[in-house]
Amino acid sequence: MDLNGDDLSGDGLSGDDPVVAVGGCTQFTPPAGVRQVRAPAGIVAYEPAEMTVRVRAGTVVAELAEALAAHGQMAALDPAVPDAATVGGVLAAGESGLRRLRYGPVRDTLLEARFVSAEGRMVKAGGPVVKNVSGFDLCRLLVGSRGTLGVLAEVVVRLQPRPAVSRWLMGAADPFAVRRRLYRPSSVLWDGEITWVLLEGHPSDVSAEASALGRGFVDAVGPPPRPPHRWSMRPSALPALAASASAGLDGAFVAEVGVGTVHRDRPQPVRPVDPLHERVRALFDPGRRFAAA
Amino acid sequence: MDERLAADLVAVLDKRRVRVESLELALYARDASVIEGRAGVVVFPNSTDEVQAVVRVARAHGVPIVPRGSGTGLAGGSVPLDGAVVIVTTHMDRILEIDEEERVAWVQPGVLNLDLSRAVAHLGLHFAPDPSSQQSCTIGGNVANNSGGPHCLAYGVTSAHVLAVEVVLPDGSLTMLGGLDPDPPGYDLRGAFVGSEGTMGIATRIAVRLTPLPPAVRTMLADFPTVEGAAAAVSGIIAAGILPAALEMMDAEITRAVEAYVHAGFPTDAAAVLLVEVDGLPDGVDAATVQIDEVCRDHGARHVRVAADLAERALLWKGRKSAFGAIARIAPNYYLHDAVVPRTRLVEVLTKVYEIAERHSLVMMNVFHAGDGNLHPLIVFDRRVEGVMERVHAAGTEIIEACVAAGGVLSGEHGIGLEKRDFMHLIFSPDDLDAQARLREAFDPNGTCNPQKVLPAGARCGDLQRIPEGAWI
Repeated sequence: MDLNGDDLSGDGLSGDDPVVAVGGCTQFTPPAGVRQVRAPAGIVAYEPAEMTVRVRAGTVVAELAEALAAHGQMAALDPAVPDAATVGGVLAAGESGLRRLRYGPVRDTLLEARFVSAEGRMVKAGGPVVKNVSGFDLCRLLVGSRGTLGVLAEVVVRLQPRPAVSRWLMGAADPFAVRRRLYRPSSVLWDGEITWVLLEGHPSDVSAEASALGRGFVDAVGPPPRPPHRWSMRPSALPALAASASAGLDGAFVAEVGVGTVHRDRPQPVRPVDPLHERVRALFDPGRRFAAA
Repeated sequence: MDERLAADLVAVLDKRRVRVESLELALYARDASVIEGRAGVVVFPNSTDEVQAVVRVARAHGVPIVPRGSGTGLAGGSVPLDGAVVIVTTHMDRILEIDEEERVAWVQPGVLNLDLSRAVAHLGLHFAPDPSSQQSCTIGGNVANNSGGPHCLAYGVTSAHVLAVEVVLPDGSLTMLGGLDPDPPGYDLRGAFVGSEGTMGIATRIAVRLTPLPPAVRTMLADFPTVEGAAAAVSGIIAAGILPAALEMMDAEITRAVEAYVHAGFPTDAAAVLLVEVDGLPDGVDAATVQIDEVCRDHGARHVRVAADLAERALLWKGRKSAFGAIARIAPNYYLHDAVVPRTRLVEVLTKVYEIAERHSLVMMNVFHAGDGNLHPLIVFDRRVEGVMERVHAAGTEIIEACVAAGGVLSGEHGIGLEKRDFMHLIFSPDDLDAQARLREAFDPNGTCNPQKVLPAGARCGDLQRIPEGAWI
């Protein structure tokens, strides 16, 4: 049964059967045979002078972006598939966008979350204002938790002014030197040979920074296509990755320079975690109701 | 004092760094708030190993531990209760590594906030969180409190600048939370630890992000004949699509006090002044400066002064940051509040806050981070006056209630500690508090690390059978 639509009575998560929270399913394939739960959709409250928005977690990112753009604002939610990904899905997946270098990780964008616990209770984390240290920071814990601690129902996210100009450029240049030369570019991507740069801001600043890149750079229509899998690597490990890729030892990649997210054609091997992570999960979901999407 | 506990601590540190003298115990029984507790022993470890050893000794004796940096906290977060072992991290004050290319520094928890920015300034970098106490507060303390500061408006609070934390857990074991890669596996326990006010363990090494110094900076001082005009200008600037690096407000009383103290040319006849800073690339900064000037004048600013040079800019900021030194000339004691309201409700809440002070016959000043709605009502008083503390506390409670009624929260940067623990139910339901208590329990199942802080008693053992008013939204 979906929790979508008009029936928001809270019955959707009563009982104790296993459930899996799903958004647009752009990052994960939900496990077969497990009941799927979807959050409702729609903007609840948006006051541009507050630079925050309260939105139901099932809202499609592109729809939210359109409403915000009408007031010259944006959320730092930049999923790979904005027409399908939901706000709650992007947060639960912890999927930061290509502009993380400038706007920070998606985890910093969540101010308040209302989620349904494994016991079927509505729980609030954080608060609706842009700065808040009232209690423990459950919002950070929820971002990237893949629905294993609770099902996101409604969130308040921080907004930003939209830059006056956004301009992608590409050229054959050392991406690390490019990053050093520019003051806070929005994105620097690199496939081992070509460097893509996203400059955003005041028109004349963007022009000046584009000129500073040199004649080797030309305007690009956008970022390059990326392989589907995201790897998390130390930014300093990128030169070695490029060297092994050019030696034919590694497949194609697109790396986010200065961030360390690398888009590759195969998934990153599972990395071990401290038992503390399992203790957190067991305390939030003792009966293991939530299957990870 | 437990002599066997002290002797066991001396065995793992040395005599000089285990203090039980009454002067030390009195000194470390409080922080910068008005709250006082009782320390059992005060220890000064030099290394991660020593922190682990101390935690294990305290655990073996069944005595709680309280982590502490410089003690500049304002909510009683590092005040020990019931004879706890106070673990002071100020001896662990080395910057361990600076990676210019990755823009990351590894520091020990006792490194002072401003010392790190000074140490990396020659690389064109800085540590962005800048609490007013940045000359004396430690980075470990910043992590514990998720500290803010004026420039957090554009740069984000401490959590956005901490990449990894090595933590001694309350059972004495060591773990690493977060990492230098962008998305470490598992839950964001780094994010959960930052702001946990010393209740989840002790940070012994911290990896922080370093931020490039902006190529252009403009600092403006706008002078308003009414508080309402200044507050409306704050909303106007945000609504105009400008996110300044900092946007601070000072009311008439504090402006006069500061001017008498630093002689920076603050207008002593203004009802309120805004200190606005924009930074970034030069043309965007110039455009924003012009826009802010217009918005301020549209809201009745009599004068907008743009700092001509670095020296003038430094002077304006000195005025803002020495506000609490300045008020010492007015009265011997102050009580500094901290709450956040939606930015669009600033005028309404400020009006209420002044009414509350007047009703309790208290002198109130306001100097605060207007851009993010972070109010800092400051009550100045002389505690020798009979009955004044009762009035100060009564006014404080009413201020918190007024902020919450306007859709605000209890604290924007000082934390909950002991000061606001029993107000948590004003913004959180029993189920909300239970979820927070579960997080803490994962880190500290026995509740021995900074006990009785942040969460009110019984947060974890709420009646789980109770059926709440369970609507979805």
